[in-house]
Amino acid sequence: MAYLELQNLQREFAGGVRALDGIEVQLGQGEFLSLLGPSGCGKTTALRLVAGFDRPDEGRIVIDGKDITNVAPSKRDMGMVFQAYSLFPNMTAAQNVEFGLKIRRKGKGERSGRVGELLELVGLGHAGDRYPHQLSGGMQQRVALARALAIEPRVLLLDEPLSALDAKVRVQLREEIRRIQLELGITTLYVTHDQEEALAISDHVAVMYRGRIEQIGPPAEMYSRPATPFVAEFIGTMNRLEATVSDPTSGTVEHGGVTLTVDAARGRTKGDRILVLIRPETVELAPENGSNPANTLSGEVIAQTFLGPVTRLKVVGPGADLIADVSTAKAATLPIGMKVTAALPVTDARVLELSDEGFEIAEEPGQAGR
Amino acid sequence: MGKVKPRRSMAPSAVFWLLLGGLYFFIPLLTTLLFSLKSNQTGKCCTAANYGWVIHNGEFWHTLKISFLLALETIAVSLTIFVPTIYWVHLKVPKLRPVLASLALIPFVVPPIVMVVGLLKFYKGTPSWFYGQPWGFLAGAYVILAFPYMFFSLDAGFRSIDVHTLTEASQSLGARWTTTLFKVILPNIRSAALAGSFLALAIVMGEYTIANLAAFHTFPIFIQYVNETQGFPAGALTLLSFGITWAAMGSLLLVGRKRGTRASVLTGAG
Ligand SMILES: Nc1ncnc2c1ncn2[C@@H]1O[C@H](COP(=O)(O)OP(=O)(O)OP(=O)(O)O)[C@@H](O)[C@H]1O
Ligand SMILES: [Mg+2]
Repeated sequence: MAYLELQNLQREFAGGVRALDGIEVQLGQGEFLSLLGPSGCGKTTALRLVAGFDRPDEGRIVIDGKDITNVAPSKRDMGMVFQAYSLFPNMTAAQNVEFGLKIRRKGKGERSGRVGELLELVGLGHAGDRYPHQLSGGMQQRVALARALAIEPRVLLLDEPLSALDAKVRVQLREEIRRIQLELGITTLYVTHDQEEALAISDHVAVMYRGRIEQIGPPAEMYSRPATPFVAEFIGTMNRLEATVSDPTSGTVEHGGVTLTVDAARGRTKGDRILVLIRPETVELAPENGSNPANTLSGEVIAQTFLGPVTRLKVVGPGADLIADVSTAKAATLPIGMKVTAALPVTDARVLELSDEGFEIAEEPGQAGR
Repeated sequence: MGKVKPRRSMAPSAVFWLLLGGLYFFIPLLTTLLFSLKSNQTGKCCTAANYGWVIHNGEFWHTLKISFLLALETIAVSLTIFVPTIYWVHLKVPKLRPVLASLALIPFVVPPIVMVVGLLKFYKGTPSWFYGQPWGFLAGAYVILAFPYMFFSLDAGFRSIDVHTLTEASQSLGARWTTTLFKVILPNIRSAALAGSFLALAIVMGEYTIANLAAFHTFPIFIQYVNETQGFPAGALTLLSFGITWAAMGSLLLVGRKRGTRASVLTGAG
């Protein structure tokens, strides 16, 4: 049975902003769910409803079979880690961690033992008597995590806890969060707009868009079987080839004047507009040699981006606008300006209905929302 | 190896202006000091008799006590009213902030004489423990006078901390409103509260118009009385009151300052 349930959560703000439009989540005890989505999609709003800082217009929040939708935040036993600046500036790291224990009227010996353990757990055993302004951003977030864990919360809530940190600390700390989460077996809701982060540390990922959950599932499934064009675009990099079904029996589709055979297109109606999804790492590039095998587009390499072990090439030609990741060694043989053919693994490619309703993915999250 | 550059000394123009400012401030004090050392009988220098006269004057201590207690009462009442109010406004209804700010300007705009006449009319007929006592009517008027100073100090203090996040962090850890206010919010706006309190103290210790019109015998009334009736002791009294006000501020600072306070009082917000 699910430990944390969000049932049909709706929240509309003054001014008609529908921040949440029917959120459904079921999370087992000890599981780690990431809410992933572009800026303004409602992630923070959802988390604040669970924490109790805000109330839904409709829907219920159930923990362990109990409806807590209208319980005050101070009575919910939720550990919350904020984006930044949440430590009490007048208290040392240890006093911050101790705060929740004092409120729970724990004895002095028990408190100091627990504070020591927790600071040790987050790797700050030595920094207990420093004030927040004497700690780096990463250390502050560790203290915030220890403080949230101190009250042995029923659910741990984290709202982009790493977004104010630099890249290296971010990767290091996210792994520690996951380690601690697994060690304590604590049910966790994690908000992020960084898909790599979500995929790296979650049991489940929920991709949100415009106040709805587009798809929810384990990271590998989200990556390999995106259910909507938006998820396909948002998770990883994806080539999306718009095509028209020309022969439903053989699965032939037409894309920019080239004919492709796609198994998943079988059984659709002739004339259907579909999206063929192809991961860049599955595109096979070869120098053009006059032959023209099936399921191949041709074009010219117009850009190379070095990504370490692989290099990302952009290939543009008549009917082709592709991104392909090839090994860096191979990329050296495919310089910019070279004419290439791109073999697409379309036989077992994913296909999505191309709905008329478009979508756009916001740039980096701005200042909107908290 | 290059020599370490010595710290740059002050530019001559800066020295000049500093000196000028210093003179502007100290010359009156100095002349008052010289004046206060003259004998009240002979008009000759130098005697400390004027200071003795002040210190042995019962009215001096009596009115000083009244004004000081009034100042403390004003500060206590102001903080009790304004800290939770401004906290609430910052947290829940930030739209009201400009409204409060413009309200806070009213005591600046309305001359004290107009205000006191209005207040006296308005409160006429209230019980005498309020109307006839400095602790009632006068303290009430001083809370109004101190409002702008309290508001702008506290407002700056609240703006310097992340009220929302701190409150929510505290709540999620199980704290009630009162715990959040006293344990989390107040300690972090302490220097702002101190700054507001200083200003309130200075105002109450020097307010003349309202006390005079409402016929209360406060310290400034006593100073004015001595000024009119005595010659040289008035100088001594002025200097003493100057020193006392500073001492009072110093003791407020000591009371308000505890370990862990970093922010400077003068900046208000820190
Ligand atoms: N208190 C509020 N009043 C009015 N509108 C709000 C409020 N809080 C959020 N919104 C709006 O609701 C929508 C969702 O906001 P939310 O903060 O949940 O987004 P988010 O997914 O957390 O984005 P980000 O990644 O930028 O933090 C946004 O359009 C935002 O402007
Ligand atoms: Mg957010």
